Amino acid sequence: MTELVTGTGEPAPAPAATQPGAEPSVARVSQWADIRHRFFANKLAVVGLAIIVVLVLTALLAPVLAPYDPLKQDLTATLQAPGGKHLLGTDALGRDQLSRLIYGSRIAVVVGLASILVALTIGIVLGALAGYFGRWVDTVIMRAADIFFAFPLLIGSIVIILLMGRGVLPVVLSLGIFQWATFARLLRSQILSVREMDFVHAARALGAGRSRIIRKHILPNSVTSVLVYGTSNVGIAIVAEASLSYLGVGVDPEVAEWGNMISAGRGFMGVKDFMWTYPSLAIVITALGFILLGNGLRDALDPKLR
Amino acid sequence: MTSLETAPANAGPDGTAPLLEVRDLHVEFKVRDSVTKAVNGVNYSVNAGETLAVLGESGSGKSVTAQAIMGILDSPPGRITKGQIFFQGQDILSLPENERRKLRGARMAMIFQDALSSLNPVLSVGFQLGEMFRAHQGLTRKEAKAKAIELMDRVRIPAARQRVNDYPHQFSGGMRQRIMIAMALALEPDLIIADEPTTALDVTVQAQVMDLLAELQREYNMGLILITHDLGVVADVADKIAVMYAGRIVETAPVHELYKRPAHPYTRGLLDSIPRLDQKGQELYAIKGLPPNLQQIPPGCAFNPRCAQARDICRTDVPALVPVTGEDGTELPGRASACHFWKETLRG
Amino acid sequence: MAELSKDSGHTDAMPNVSEVEVVDASSETEAVAAVEAPVQRGEPILQVRDLVKHFPLTRGILFKRQIGAVRAVDGVSFDLHQGETLGIVGESGCGKSTVAKLLMNLERPTAGQIFYKGQDITRLSGRALKAVRRNIQMVFQDPYTSLNPRMTVGDIIGEPFDIHPEAAPKGDRRKRVQELLDVVGLNPEYINRYPHQFSGGQRQRIGIARGLALNPEIIICDEPVSALDVSVQAQVINLMERLQDEFNLSYIFIAHDLSIVRHISDRVGVMYLGRIAEIGTDEQIYEHPTHPYTQALLSAVPVPDPEAREHRERIILTGDVPSPANPPSGCRFRTRCWKAQDKCAQEVPLLAVPERFKGTDSPAAHESACHFAEEKDVVHAA
Repeated sequence: MTELVTGTGEPAPAPAATQPGAEPSVARVSQWADIRHRFFANKLAVVGLAIIVVLVLTALLAPVLAPYDPLKQDLTATLQAPGGKHLLGTDALGRDQLSRLIYGSRIAVVVGLASILVALTIGIVLGALAGYFGRWVDTVIMRAADIFFAFPLLIGSIVIILLMGRGVLPVVLSLGIFQWATFARLLRSQILSVREMDFVHAARALGAGRSRIIRKHILPNSVTSVLVYGTSNVGIAIVAEASLSYLGVGVDPEVAEWGNMISAGRGFMGVKDFMWTYPSLAIVITALGFILLGNGLRDALDPKLR
Repeated sequence: MTSLETAPANAGPDGTAPLLEVRDLHVEFKVRDSVTKAVNGVNYSVNAGETLAVLGESGSGKSVTAQAIMGILDSPPGRITKGQIFFQGQDILSLPENERRKLRGARMAMIFQDALSSLNPVLSVGFQLGEMFRAHQGLTRKEAKAKAIELMDRVRIPAARQRVNDYPHQFSGGMRQRIMIAMALALEPDLIIADEPTTALDVTVQAQVMDLLAELQREYNMGLILITHDLGVVADVADKIAVMYAGRIVETAPVHELYKRPAHPYTRGLLDSIPRLDQKGQELYAIKGLPPNLQQIPPGCAFNPRCAQARDICRTDVPALVPVTGEDGTELPGRASACHFWKETLRG
Repeated sequence: MAELSKDSGHTDAMPNVSEVEVVDASSETEAVAAVEAPVQRGEPILQVRDLVKHFPLTRGILFKRQIGAVRAVDGVSFDLHQGETLGIVGESGCGKSTVAKLLMNLERPTAGQIFYKGQDITRLSGRALKAVRRNIQMVFQDPYTSLNPRMTVGDIIGEPFDIHPEAAPKGDRRKRVQELLDVVGLNPEYINRYPHQFSGGQRQRIGIARGLALNPEIIICDEPVSALDVSVQAQVINLMERLQDEFNLSYIFIAHDLSIVRHISDRVGVMYLGRIAEIGTDEQIYEHPTHPYTQALLSAVPVPDPEAREHRERIILTGDVPSPANPPSGCRFRTRCWKAQDKCAQEVPLLAVPERFKGTDSPAAHESACHFAEEKDVVHAA
């Protein structure tokens, strides 16, 4: 396609443009149809989407899917190998591993999505302020971002959790607070490039006000990449959340949660490996799912890859 | 299209084989489920010391043809589906990749439009120029640097000795394009392909660079393929012209003849649509419609939807590139047209 | 012209400017069709006086300090009359695009005034500025970045009505947008399509339709066809000429392509390093240039006529354009000029009718900023 891009700059028009008078209503959805087509043409993206759909369904239907109560101890059947009545075996307290794994997906989905939502909200607001206003606003926000950036995610989160106490909410907030800086930076750089594009100049030349320019022109053209990046980062947040639990500073150790399960299997490494391999696998597959989904969305939405 | 019979005379001035000859070249780009037919049967040839201008708009296939000659086509998605390219009598498309790599730089070289992105920003220009000698001739670092300075002098970069260690961004656009020319000339190739070499430059600098290129070409007796969309640049430097449209050559002619009496409606339309510097014109002639979509090239003559003279046959039959004859029926040397009604166009 | 006399630095030059305008207008009457002539005589619709824009060069991240300035525009004055096209040509870095941004109030000038119908628009803000914007619109160079990719064509062309609701009642807007599409030669049914579904030439038409929406009097065109294919350029140029007649528009047409500028312009200004080197009617500039830079520029244009290459005089300039951050003293062109003498380094040549041509009706009697201005035809074969 080099000819099409290196020439005087006029690629061949899209096929639709050459057929005069096509159905307007069809044309309106075609941009999304185009994106959908590109997304579903990408096999890895579809795999990622499938993983996430399965994960979310599992979390929603956990009470239906789980064969046992994940918290119910059965001291007559502890540390049973997979198979028989317990498909994935039981832990040291005789709790059904499969049920705990299924219920664990709820924590993963909730904490993963909620913490990224917190991070995106902070990141988008601050990034937009920095990118649009520039000058000292930019300097202050970006230096603050540098400070948050310098903290390793887990260390920073542990500090907050130590201050707030354990639980789902502190985990969500702490992971959110230590991830916003990436999104703010990304949005800021997007805004800086979009702000100089001619369609923004054109809107200003028409007399459009600040808020209209941000709402209609700058954000729609800069925020998608941040949202897409956020999708990929849900996986990272889930890994971080499980790590916190594994380290004993995440959710309550009683709760059916993947990090807790790995932690419970820690003492049985090499002896009862099924205790930690299944939850580990769940974490890896989930994180991979979000990353594949994010990459697929990025490629589908990026006009440069057309 | 049985292009071998219909192609214009291929022999050089003394009857020997031309320096470069492209025969019936076809190139496709396959992206997902769509096929872009970028080049659809191109024939042209260049002799030593001759300048062939390949004129076309974006999407005409002029650059893709050049990339196929150089062997730098992005493949995939690009693929040569048919045709041969003879360079000094040898079919280079049948050569293994390592043989072709030896040709590139040493015997054929290319100059691109955007010199800034063609040069590596983290290496000094002296190093990049010298690298040619170190890679191809095994010179030492010091010898290579001396050669680099010599080259920079040759393309008239002022204070070459002081500037040899500067980085690309420290040079102006015109100077960077000189460096690109120096790099292309380093190993004294027999053929240079220049793809829009002056398009990104200002008019006054453009003239300097074009003059330099033409002068060096004469000095080294190289063949030059000049790819451009600018009818003015072509008129200034070319010996002969091949006009491309939708991946085909629609007309070839010696430069004077083409401007005086075009034999294809597209060429004529182009000439009529550009305003003149030396007179205040009336309303411009505008070729109607849009440049072709290479995924859906119209049947028959690709230009027919935009052609004022199109008739039924133009919508069904692809016109072959046939020799153009004068009033008395003798072939006009070097002239050919791919129009069913070239006679009307030439004489009308 | 009341405001102008306040401007102390330029009072001497001002009467000359207005005199020349009269001379221009009368010579134009003969050159151009008689219909256009009366238009030329009126009060200029736009007057630009001593426009300056310096972009500060700063160093440091937290504590910025200024280490210099890019003098992108450094004292530019010209008039634009109703219904006229003023072409501005020059090479990259000459400041022509900055002039466009200043005229559009997208940048605030460092100094100087822009009078629209006698009102200095550089001092306006808020509601008053918004009102002026309805009358001055712009067409951009790059058809790929000048349209918001996430808006439909209808939303893009209709946006002016959202911003200026008084321009069209809500119920009429869709119809107005479709009319505008029709006016620029696009199918009105394309209203719901997105920019990426169009070719470059079609996108440029969409940009023109947006510029026309508010019925402006002036359109600033910044390289409107340079990104288009040759065969499409002519379509867009013809469209712009038709619209000018139809809506009595005044154009400022900024471009680097001298042939296109000649074709479309009534008067032409040649810019070099932030200043106007020479300005006059298209005939004065192209057939009777007196500034060496104009002559060199014209002689360097490759002409699509191989016969001409042997016969035309070519002035090949040496070197590159100096940096606008550090322009030469005196005449800015002197470092590349074959006529340069000591005087050129010391005295800034004013943009005025050269002494030797003053009072003559020679076409060489137009404003030229050269100490040694003399006429030379470079576009015709010798």
